[in-house]
Amino acid sequence: MFWTFLTSTIKFSTLFLYGSVGETITEKSGHLNLGIPGIMCMGAIGGCYGVRSYIDSLGSLSQMSGFAVVLVGMICAFLFAALGGLIFSFFTVTLRCNQNITGLTITTFGVALNSLMLSKLDTRGFYEAGTLFAKGIVDANTTDGLVKVLFSHSALVYIAIAIAIITAIVIKRTRVGLNLRAVGENPATADAAGISVGRYRYFATLIGSGIAGLGGLFFIMDYLTGSVEYGIDTYGWLAVALVIFTVWKPNWAILGSILFAALYNASIYLNLSFTEREIIKMLPYIVTVLVLIITSIFGRKSVQPPAALGTSYFREER
Amino acid sequence: MRSVTGKPSKFDAFVDKLKKESPIHIAKRMDAPKWFPIVIRIAAVVAAFLICAVVTAFFEPNAFGTFFVEMFRGTFGTERRVINLFWETAILLLIALAVTPAFKMKFWNIGAEGQVLIGALMSATCIYYLGGKMSEGGLIVLCLLASVVGSAIWTLIPALFKAKWNTNETLFTLMLNYIATALISLVITVWVKSGSGVVGIMEHGHLPLLGDQPYVLNILIVALITVLVWVYLRFSKHGYELSVVGESINTAKYIGISVPKVIIRTMILSGALCGIAGWLLVNGASYTINTSLAGGRGFTAILVSWLAHFDPLVMVITAFLVAFMGRGAAQVSTIANIGGSFADIVTAVFFFVVIASEFFVNYKVKISFAHLKKDKGEEKSSESLDKQASSAENDEAEAAPDSDSSEAPDDVVASEDKEVTE
Repeated sequence: MFWTFLTSTIKFSTLFLYGSVGETITEKSGHLNLGIPGIMCMGAIGGCYGVRSYIDSLGSLSQMSGFAVVLVGMICAFLFAALGGLIFSFFTVTLRCNQNITGLTITTFGVALNSLMLSKLDTRGFYEAGTLFAKGIVDANTTDGLVKVLFSHSALVYIAIAIAIITAIVIKRTRVGLNLRAVGENPATADAAGISVGRYRYFATLIGSGIAGLGGLFFIMDYLTGSVEYGIDTYGWLAVALVIFTVWKPNWAILGSILFAALYNASIYLNLSFTEREIIKMLPYIVTVLVLIITSIFGRKSVQPPAALGTSYFREER
Repeated sequence: MRSVTGKPSKFDAFVDKLKKESPIHIAKRMDAPKWFPIVIRIAAVVAAFLICAVVTAFFEPNAFGTFFVEMFRGTFGTERRVINLFWETAILLLIALAVTPAFKMKFWNIGAEGQVLIGALMSATCIYYLGGKMSEGGLIVLCLLASVVGSAIWTLIPALFKAKWNTNETLFTLMLNYIATALISLVITVWVKSGSGVVGIMEHGHLPLLGDQPYVLNILIVALITVLVWVYLRFSKHGYELSVVGESINTAKYIGISVPKVIIRTMILSGALCGIAGWLLVNGASYTINTSLAGGRGFTAILVSWLAHFDPLVMVITAFLVAFMGRGAAQVSTIANIGGSFADIVTAVFFFVVIASEFFVNYKVKISFAHLKKDKGEEKSSESLDKQASSAENDEAEAAPDSDSSEAPDDVVASEDKEVTE
């Protein structure tokens, strides 16, 4: 029971992990992208349509290769979600619009597009594709204990953890990461030092959105094994919360997302009343607010939001 | 000290930048005539309609013509629909008015959704526990008071932390939305033991109908509030102070405005107006409570307010347009059988186009290839020379960040040191 709980929690946490790592990269550049829920939805759309066209290109379902279907899904999800990021960056950097306004519009757009496009999608063969997505290294049904917790997951779970670790290293240790942080902390200074603020923000948002989009793909194809009936938007907001909860550190997001997923899962595994379930659902947001408050009161510089978060930078308007 | 990029010097970076300079130049529009923004915006709205029709045709090829007809039929087709349209306008307008003072102060309160829900919850609580035990008039007034106070306190939480510790208000208020939603689900599970999560129509505390039509009283209340908020922002000392805080916190401090006090006062006002919106939704419209009562209007209202440049009277127009798009597109999606969420897509596309148009109101774009030609100096038009001169000035300004920055100059210098030594 405990091992099953832990295993399914880690699996569920992947959804938050993709979203929050993507949003962290974006926010490090100073872009507060409130379009993340919409962008995760766009990733789901892209991934599903990619899988659809892959299935259509095959003669029969039995020819489907696990490697190819995951790869096609990931590429399509990444590209389509990055398109959402491109829209965001185009509006905020090139057209100099307000980030909150643009982000909220993208969320409205993406969530609505998700429910419309996926309801129109022909989902024959999606269950088979979903099982290939969800296939673990070892079979979750026959193993138990630590082996099950660590090795029964699908490729997308391990990829998420790898992306989180790589992102943490890039942001912390490389020159690109240093420049990115400079752009997010003080764009005017970064600009004066010869860093192209616009270019960094564009690329950070594109890559971040693409990664978040993988979360949408994971949710539909892997977690729900190809069922397109549920929306992602509520989880998208939890991913935004997770960014704050983990104080903008992608490596901490691995543990943070497991904690959030555990809270969400606990209401299913523990035999709780309706009221208690609602309290548990509220908890992630409450702890996030507490983290936000505590870091702002006792804040060392390393746990603060990027100083220029949410503000646009135009050289002429300093 | 080494430079952040590792480039040899700022001068080299400057030369590089000149070489790479793009042919597109963007400059702030200073000399536009008064009619110009209006024309651009009207053009944007018309363009947005056309684009939305094209999007509709993308989903349903035969629907292009139907789009325009059904947009109007869905909004002005029957008396009932007209009233619905005006009520939708009114409630959007009220929430937009609520967030406006905070936005003028550059306090990015995106928690209107939650604040409205808390107002609704307070009102519903009064009805649930006191309905039938006191006079209807008294109950309605009590509901109003509870909504306003509850919502104001809810809004006060992020305001206090912003004023005292500069806690990021955007993230804080965003999180509070979901706490408010969960709180409503929680209360509903207490009220409805079956776990169905549906409260049902409540018998008491209904606002009186004017002329046997629903919503008329609500619309009148919102109209009154619109005028009051306009007067408050335009003519009162408070309104002046909050716009000073929005423009420059340092200026505000310098002329003796207590910034924390203004933040807290304005946010209480914001919360109180959201409370009234929640009260109207419960007592004057739906007579019940659920988590989707605000229905995303808290977020849409932010767009309404922003599009109107925080002017309450212009907001009447923007709120109407947004309500019109939403209601009309809902009708189009029903007739063309596209799907429920289609209305949201059309609204979002509409917003995209209108937001983008603001760029052309504020900036002018010039495309010149003169500086890309090989033989520099002689072939340049005087215009692009000017531009180079101005970009050189910009660069000098960057080298000395404390020259004419409107932000806190000390801040810039200090953090520059930090970045370089890190």
